[in-house]
Amino acid sequence: MTVKELPQAITPNASFRKKVEEMSEEKVSACYQCEKCTNGCPLAFAMDIAPHKVIRSVHLGLKDTVLNSDTIWVCASCETCTTRCPNGIDIAHIMDTLRQIAQREGVKASQRNVPIFHDVFLSSMRRFGRVHEASMAVTYSLKSGGIKGLLGQAGMGLGMFKKGKVKILPSRFRANKRVRDIFRATERKG
Amino acid sequence: MEVSLYPGCSFDGVAREYRESVEAVAKILSVEFKELPDWTCCGASSAHVANDKLAVALAATNLETADRVGMDLVVPCAACFQRLKVAEKHLKQGKPVEGFSGKYEGKFHIKPIVDFFWENVGEKALKEKVKTPLKGLNPVCYYGCLTARPPKVTDAKNAEDPQEMDRLLKALGANVRNWSFKTDCCGGNLTLSRTDLQLKLTRKLLDMAEEAGADCIVTECPMCHMNLDSKQKEISQEAGKLYNTPVFYFSELMGLAFEDRSVEKWLGRHTVDPRPLLKQRGLI
Repeated sequence: MTVKELPQAITPNASFRKKVEEMSEEKVSACYQCEKCTNGCPLAFAMDIAPHKVIRSVHLGLKDTVLNSDTIWVCASCETCTTRCPNGIDIAHIMDTLRQIAQREGVKASQRNVPIFHDVFLSSMRRFGRVHEASMAVTYSLKSGGIKGLLGQAGMGLGMFKKGKVKILPSRFRANKRVRDIFRATERKG
Repeated sequence: MEVSLYPGCSFDGVAREYRESVEAVAKILSVEFKELPDWTCCGASSAHVANDKLAVALAATNLETADRVGMDLVVPCAACFQRLKVAEKHLKQGKPVEGFSGKYEGKFHIKPIVDFFWENVGEKALKEKVKTPLKGLNPVCYYGCLTARPPKVTDAKNAEDPQEMDRLLKALGANVRNWSFKTDCCGGNLTLSRTDLQLKLTRKLLDMAEEAGADCIVTECPMCHMNLDSKQKEISQEAGKLYNTPVFYFSELMGLAFEDRSVEKWLGRHTVDPRPLLKQRGLI
């Protein structure tokens, strides 16, 4: 990870900020760059653009810089920034909005495995109505690292199994259709 | 006392000993947890990354069920709790929730399970059941991120320094240590996708617990428990020193203080075996 310098001379473009504000219903423009979000962020050390700079970049319309950043995928949604922002900006939610825009516009995620994890997690939810941990972990390992990835996680899986912590079969219950309907109803409108 | 329980997807899997211990102590305290009928996944840490509307609707459908049942809803998982609260705020503010056409009046409260035991069951009832006070045990309480944050969603009284679990464990006789990392992130969201970062965050918690003079960590979140308990071998290899700190679910320590007979079965499911510590302290 290298820290990205933001460009020095730019022509601000408000359309990206407006889009982010509209989607998130958050007032990004209320930020006065106090850096409290960055100072409290437990993952700032692993980010290429610090959280307050992400917000500033949205102000300035630096769309590509933000959507290609490590930051939006390294953020763990712990909500420390949101809790502490003196202007009441839900910064963790802005990170969600940026990830959603990136995915919708087909921007290749700088952290390849993070969206793979979320996809696999959501597929499990959609299929069974509840997340089935064991099959989810196996699918994730295969998709992210192939056979090698699967073997890498096998030790941990076996350990869990021996301790009686692996639920072999997914739950069977009536409501999983309800979950599929929700996926269908929300996916196109986003 | 009867309440609804939203167990969440980990309660039957990686958090099996959590479920077993919660059920055991509920029986001792005459609490009846009624599992929410046909509950579905709350959307957890992934739906909000993909689609706001999906995330709210997935949680909202469970609130509709809870409304129909009409009892307070107790939640043992921090992430489930927070996602259900996000949906509750949406519905209470009368915001439209796409993909959800159900009826919602909101005549119930959503509570993290520790808050339920501390506030609704209460100190007096808890203390009455204590047979073995947890004297000599020096835990730090680890609440994790999402029972507390953000307070405008969770309604946490003190998001930076929560007290409920501390008070509960003190009532059981434990010598609870104070520390500044009660709600710092363990990296739960990145456990599979950026394991390196999760290990760094988890290691910091283990280090800070030690610095606070703790001999164990207590949590109420299945993901936090998994990260803290099951990754110490990897952390030891990386750090070049041995990490071996027992990590309990708060309900296991309740069972221990109440002398429930299944305690050792629950503890046998941990990666770091807490039994040597408890033997040393004369608690088992």
